[in-house]
Amino acid sequence: MTWLFDNIDYVRELFVRHAWISVVSTLIGFAVSLPIGWYAHRHARLRGVTVALVGVLYTIPSLAVFVILPGILGTKILSVVNVIVALSTYAAAVMVRTTTDAFGSVSPQVVDAATASGFSSGQRVFRVELPLAGPVLLAGLRVVSVSTVSMLSVASLIGVSNLGSLFTDGFRRDFLTEIVIGIAGIVLLAILLDLLLVLAGRALMPWTRSLAGAR
Amino acid sequence: MDPISGGGALMSVVNDTVEWLTDSVHWSGDDGIPHRLLEHVGYTAETIVIAAVIAIPLGFWIGHTGRFRSVAVGLTGAMRALPTLGLLTLIALYLGIGLTPPLIALVVLAIPPLLAGAYAGVESVDPQTVDAARAMGFTEWQILTRVEIPLGLAIIIGGVRSAVLQVVATATVAAYVGLGGLGRYLIDGQAVSDYPQMAGGSVLVVALALVLDGFFAALQGLASGRRPSLRSRARSSP
Repeated sequence: MTWLFDNIDYVRELFVRHAWISVVSTLIGFAVSLPIGWYAHRHARLRGVTVALVGVLYTIPSLAVFVILPGILGTKILSVVNVIVALSTYAAAVMVRTTTDAFGSVSPQVVDAATASGFSSGQRVFRVELPLAGPVLLAGLRVVSVSTVSMLSVASLIGVSNLGSLFTDGFRRDFLTEIVIGIAGIVLLAILLDLLLVLAGRALMPWTRSLAGAR
Repeated sequence: MDPISGGGALMSVVNDTVEWLTDSVHWSGDDGIPHRLLEHVGYTAETIVIAAVIAIPLGFWIGHTGRFRSVAVGLTGAMRALPTLGLLTLIALYLGIGLTPPLIALVVLAIPPLLAGAYAGVESVDPQTVDAARAMGFTEWQILTRVEIPLGLAIIIGGVRSAVLQVVATATVAAYVGLGGLGRYLIDGQAVSDYPQMAGGSVLVVALALVLDGFFAALQGLASGRRPSLRSRARSSP
């Protein structure tokens, strides 16, 4: 405990860094997956191919990606850009599946009704399909956010600092406390982001709350 | 120039990596590719067998009886938040040097996907089918072994597939706490700023993961061939 108090600034700095890298990667992955998932949902023949392709992406071990990406991107291995690209790709790989399912969960009658009421196709996507796909999208985002927070810690092995640096540092110095604090920090961050997502979901989709209450 | 000293052109990085991979020096001895690959596969097999002996019967029991289901779901969910590197370093420091501590960590991480696959597979069987078997005089054991396991096999194998990929990836990371295998190239290369070695090792790890994934995908396909209604769900294993 004294170690934590003595190094509180360092731990806080790592926590904030871990938080922003995870949030940015999750959001980029989500943004990329939306159009792909929507397109795959509309074109049944592409769906199988897309889902298989992103499935393969997800089988690739993260440490290998953290090492290979700088070679492909031409960036320095210590650059945070590699890590963000890698984590966003993983996030997108998981989310494409979910976004495809999410758009599939919107009742076709509702979409037809929107068309009949004179919605243009753009309006229909943004004002009918997207909000109604929201609950499934949120469920997917919660899974991705947790695994992104956890996966980022591996990047400390190639020298990109985050809360995982407490693991490598603690291991090198034979200091268990530091590792435990690292694990606690990561679990805390995962819970915090999950809570934020749930709150954001309630604010953006008030109807899901009244539905849950009515049940 | 390579990514360690400051980012380089793609072609030269690829050339260096290919050169490292094809250099005959790297294909023999204890630090050679065949030996490291065998080690990696060996750790994976060992871990999966131990974890399966623990998790699969437990998963069958949870799936068949429905007991402790919410505990199992919560546990597998919570494990996702647990950072693998944190668990590895913690167990390695706590239990000391040697191969056993990292292998224990790998077993711990392989249990949740195996457990989830086993109970989800058993649960996926239509309750009416189970009732029909019961009405025909099947004992509970016969229902499990002759109805639920054969019908849920594709999903059960899906759990094994996730666990294998998880272990291949984590065994790579475990080189940091002293495990052998392909991860050695990444960690040792990093220590001496040898990027081609790191990239070469990474390519091998990716190849191994893809081959194993393909193998288990094929097994899943065989298993779900006997149950067409499941075929579309085979890839969505937990």
